[in-house]
Formats: sequence, structure tokens, C-alpha cells
Amino acid sequence: MDSLLVFELTILVLSIFLGIEVISKVPTMLHTPLMSGTNAIHGIVLVGAILVAGRGGGDTLTRVVGFCAVVLATANVVGGFVVTDRMLEMFKIRGPRKPDS
Amino acid sequence: MNAALTNLLYLVTIVTFVLALRFLSSPKRARQGNLLGAAGMLLAIAVTLAQDGLENFSWIAVAMAIGAVVGVVGARSVKMTAMPQMVALFNGVGGGAVALIALAEFHNLAREAGGLAGEESVSILLSALIGSISFSGSLVAFAKLQELLSGRPIVYPRQQYVNGAILLVALTLGIAIIAGAEGDALVVGLILAAAVFGVLFVLPIGGADMPVVISLLNAFTGLAASAAGFLLHNNVLIVAGALVGASGTLLTLLMGRAMNRSIANVLFGAFGSVQATTAAAAGADGRSVRSTSPEDLAIMLSYARRVVFVPGYGLAVAQAQHDVRALAELLEAKGVGVLYGIHPVAGRMPGHMNVLLAEANVPYDQLKEMDEINPELAQTDVVVILGANDVVNPAARTDPSSPIYGMPIIEADRSANVVVVKRSLSPGFAGIDNPLFYDPKTSMLFADAKQALEQVALAVKKL
Repeated sequence: MDSLLVFELTILVLSIFLGIEVISKVPTMLHTPLMSGTNAIHGIVLVGAILVAGRGGGDTLTRVVGFCAVVLATANVVGGFVVTDRMLEMFKIRGPRKPDS
Repeated sequence: MNAALTNLLYLVTIVTFVLALRFLSSPKRARQGNLLGAAGMLLAIAVTLAQDGLENFSWIAVAMAIGAVVGVVGARSVKMTAMPQMVALFNGVGGGAVALIALAEFHNLAREAGGLAGEESVSILLSALIGSISFSGSLVAFAKLQELLSGRPIVYPRQQYVNGAILLVALTLGIAIIAGAEGDALVVGLILAAAVFGVLFVLPIGGADMPVVISLLNAFTGLAASAAGFLLHNNVLIVAGALVGASGTLLTLLMGRAMNRSIANVLFGAFGSVQATTAAAAGADGRSVRSTSPEDLAIMLSYARRVVFVPGYGLAVAQAQHDVRALAELLEAKGVGVLYGIHPVAGRMPGHMNVLLAEANVPYDQLKEMDEINPELAQTDVVVILGANDVVNPAARTDPSSPIYGMPIIEADRSANVVVVKRSLSPGFAGIDNPLFYDPKTSMLFADAKQALEQVALAVKKL
């Protein structure tokens, strides 16, 4: 076991604790936007997909699989943030109301 | 761009993600937080594209363009009532991306270095396995929510053994990879076996248990992203994946608690498949229900001091969220206090009812959680139940033989009057008889929620 792995495990464990702290403060009312927002955040795998798809000297298999991974991950990122924004836009306190859509 | 600068900029992205989640603690700043997270994501993508030695830019650009169009069109066109299946779908594609990353990286590493380091092979096993389960499981959840598949649990004999055997096949392939066996077929086989397992794992879980499953699959994709972070030695993947994993796990536990059931029971219990017979027998024992008309309900509501609406999945199905808000406004104009009592597992995903009512411009200060609304119900004149059933079933409190005994409920039966808007007397999803319908202070309005609310609103206007 090398020190890089130990370092990465440290980051992982601390992040989990941080996640639990931050997320336990999210009210029930916002649980759907929370799911959809975290959905968008795991779209960060796009970074991994780009690195794999763009690796120098990659062969056809790497390119095709990487291409598919980038498509899926981009849909995840873009769709996730747009849906979350649409949801959060709707939460307001009493105020001027828009006409029925 | 050198590695130190890259990681420094990734750190900025990590901070925006944490702030995005932090801002979700109040609806006021939540939207800003989401935009901040999106900006952080954009930074991470730009930094990644600026890496030295990156090739195939045209391929990547085309792939990103396709993905972006699919994402925007999907996210813009989906109706708010279809939100749970959309979230499931976006969750699934993320998992699928991770499984593909694992495959490509295995192929690369095996070719380049002539072998994988131990932790790399473990990361490949985990990202391929969890990513693929999340992908296929989410697609089945999507199909169920979209009603392409039946929402009822789909069961067959010896299901657990078959699932166990398939998982064992996947794990065996994974162990072979860790032991140093070569060949892309190993990872492809692992991904396929995990995908089959994902399908079989979600099939037996019924519609009403979807909040638990969606949360769990959300956690899976997060953990898969973390595993991919270990594989690529990428901090931002590890941290973002861990945040999502923590969030999904926490929501899963919360949903389980709100149903008073263990997660294992939800996942492996095939709830609702066995009670159908008892429910059929229960209806015939001569108890009577009182039915009411939209006009009578209009009078009852108009002269009440406080009315509480309790929405359930039926409200989403009937798409009646705008109608309930319209009725509530008419009542408020007459001086009636209106609140909404929201059960944590009402609907098909955590917080589903809140989003639905927010879409109809219901101010969020009227949306009350179960623990907030229950003490108020004794001083409430009328509780109107709209497409909810199990979450107001008093058997959860009184009948130890009921399958939902012990589940926290919205105690509608404590109010002076209860009105249930429902199409028929059929039991809810879980097939559990609801004594509330036969309570002397309950009246039933047999109608589609949307039509019923329109008619009641019309009658209120005429008063």
C-alpha cells in the first residue's frame, strides 16, 4: 500500500464526514432538489471520461468507449444542473404570483 | 497545465460543490448554490481539457455536444410530475459513464504497463460493478416510474438465489481481474453481469418503495464516481463522489425510517405482493362509508377555520397541483387558514410533493412536514386527503397485525372532519386496508382529484 493510496483514502473518509454534516442540514422540503443536485455533481465523472477518451496513443476501443462515456457523462452534468435549476426556481415564499401555466 | 495547478483548480471546484450543498439548507439561496456548483463544474471541465498530452479533441467535442443537447432537451421538456423518472435517468447515465471509464482504463493499463497495480484493479472492479448496477437499476426504476413496466413488484420463485448467483459471477470476474488475469472480456463480462443484477435487483421493488431505491441508486453512482477517482488518481472525483454517496445514503436511511422498515426489508421484501388477498377480503365485511358531493365539501371548507390538504402520489398522477392551489386561494380569500401536510415518503422520491406544489406556486411556508403538522391536526376543522392512502392509515398506530404497523403517519383522524378524494375504495399500493375510510367522521368524494377540485372550487365561488 503506497502513500498516495493512503492520502486518497484520507480524502475519501473526510469527504464522507463533510457530506454527512452538510447534507443533514438540508430540510425535507428540498430533498428532491438535493437528489437532483447531487445527481448533477456526480456528473463530475465527465472529467474522468474526458481523460480516458483523450488519452494519447489510445486505440480504437479506448476512443469508442471513451466517446460513449463522454456522451453519457455530459448528459448527466447538463441535464442534472438544468433540472435542479428548474426545480429551485419554483420555490418561493408568498409574493407576486405568476399566472397559471 | 502542470499537475499542481490542475489540482489547485480542482480544489476550487470542490469548494463550489460543498457550497452548493450548503446553500441547499434554505430555499432562499438554493438556486444560487446550484449555479455556483455548475460554474465549478465548468471550471473542472475546462481544466481537464487543458491537460498536457490530451488528444482526440474532435471526438470529445462531438460527444460533449451530443450529450449536452440530450441533457438540455430532456431537462427542459420534462414535466414536473415526471421528475422522479428524469432524476432516475440522469442518475443512471452517470453510473453507465463510470462503468465505461473502468473498461477503457483497464484496456489501457493492461496494454501499456503490462499489468495493473493492486489498488487499480480493485478500483476497476468497484467502478465497473457499482457503476453498471446503478446504470441498469436506474433504467428499470425509470421504466417503472414512466409506467413502461408495472409498478407492482415483479417476483418469481427463488429470486434471491438467482440474484445472488449473478452477483457471485460478477464478483468472481472481479477477483480474476485482481488476481492479474488479462483480457477485456473479463471487464465486459463483469459489467454485463452487474447490469443483469441491477435489473433483477430493482424489478421486485414496488412503486411506493421507489423513494428508497432512487436514493440508494443515487448513493451507488456517487460511490462509483469515487472509485473512478481512485482509478484515475483524481481528487475532484473522489470528493464529489463521496459527497453524493453520503447524501444518497443519508436519504436512503431517512426514507427507511419514515416507513418504519429496514432497508433490507424494502429491497428484498417485495412489499405489497402478498397482502392483496387480505385486502380483498376486508372490503366485504359490511362496514359502510359516507360519500359526499363537491357542493357539500365546498360548504364544509368555506366555513372552516383551518383546512389541511394531505397530498399523495395520486395528486401527481391526476396532475391536480394547480387545482389544489386555486382552491386554497379561494378559501384563503374567505379567511380560511390553509396548510399542507407532507409525509416524507409521499410520492415517488424524497420531497416529491414539495416540488409538485412549488410548481403550482404554493408558497413554501405553507408546506408543513409530518412532525410539524401532527400537533396542529387536533385543532383542524377539515383534513382533505388527495391521492394519499398508506401515509394517513391509522392502522399504523393501532393495529399491530398491519404490515405498516409502527410507520409514522400524518394523523388525519385527529381532526374534526376528514374528506378523502379518491377514485374508488380500492386499497393503496401496498394493498393494505385503511380503517380511516370507514371512520364516522370521514366522508369520501369518489372522483378524479383534478375534476373534484375544479368542481369544489366552482362551488366555493358560487357560495
